[in-house]
Amino acid sequence: MSADNGPAFEGLEVGQVVAERQVVLTRDSLVRYAGASGDFNPIHYNDAFAESVGLPGVIAHGMLTLGIAASVVEEWAGPGNVVDLQTRFARPIPVPAMGEAVVAFTAKVGALDTEARFARIDILVEFDGQKILAKAQAVVACA
Amino acid sequence: MPVNTEAVGRAYGPHEPYEVTRVKIREFADAVDALSFAHRSEEAARAEGYTDVVAPTTFAVLIAQQAEFHVVVDPEVGVDFSRVVHADERFTHHRPIVAGDLISATVHIDDVKARGGISMVTTRTELTDEDGAPVSTVISTLAVREEA
Repeated sequence: MSADNGPAFEGLEVGQVVAERQVVLTRDSLVRYAGASGDFNPIHYNDAFAESVGLPGVIAHGMLTLGIAASVVEEWAGPGNVVDLQTRFARPIPVPAMGEAVVAFTAKVGALDTEARFARIDILVEFDGQKILAKAQAVVACA
Repeated sequence: MPVNTEAVGRAYGPHEPYEVTRVKIREFADAVDALSFAHRSEEAARAEGYTDVVAPTTFAVLIAQQAEFHVVVDPEVGVDFSRVVHADERFTHHRPIVAGDLISATVHIDDVKARGGISMVTTRTELTDEDGAPVSTVISTLAVREEA
């Protein structure tokens, strides 16, 4: 299955950066994602609750981080062309009540499947000099 | 108390189907910084070859997490939700989700491992459309810390 509206397979090279973005997360971002996704776990908006379960404070939803990572890939791949996406949530992103967390996303070609015309895109997500997602990989159906 | 390892193999659902709407797709796209007009305009989506507004890659989590909730609240499984951390997640899309889809979800407990005060619970949610055709498979692992 290759996607006619997908990015061109020819010319892709392993290691090539296909997309990057810096995203500013605030408490507003978390509340917005909670509403959009239906994930109302209070560790994502209530500091007192987050601390009571041993967290340093409110943290971003792992799925918000993965969702943005997918959007960064999608900006290059085109909507609907990511056929597989996986990650392990390695570290949380603390988001202060006032202020912001700036998160850097870099998507690069990790492997190419010439037969299926699939590109594996490896997504590096960094905050405060640390890797937030481990083995974050998207498989993109190319044209 | 550790999670019940005998819960492996249990399945829940399908319950009432989830109706995918343009408004929810746009709201979700805004929340995850998905910029394409194909998430917002029917015309832009058609230009990309879709029948209607297309969902962002991780939209399926919205439907899957509703299904996974049945696992979390099952007293015989024994997940303490206040002690849950999301460990990993995987989506395999058999086709993109578009506005107008009626999606049914069945969640399976594929694995439970208890070790060193942490239980790892892996669920697999199969999403299907009105015709019963596969849409997405969502695999999620939750880490549940036991009380000290």
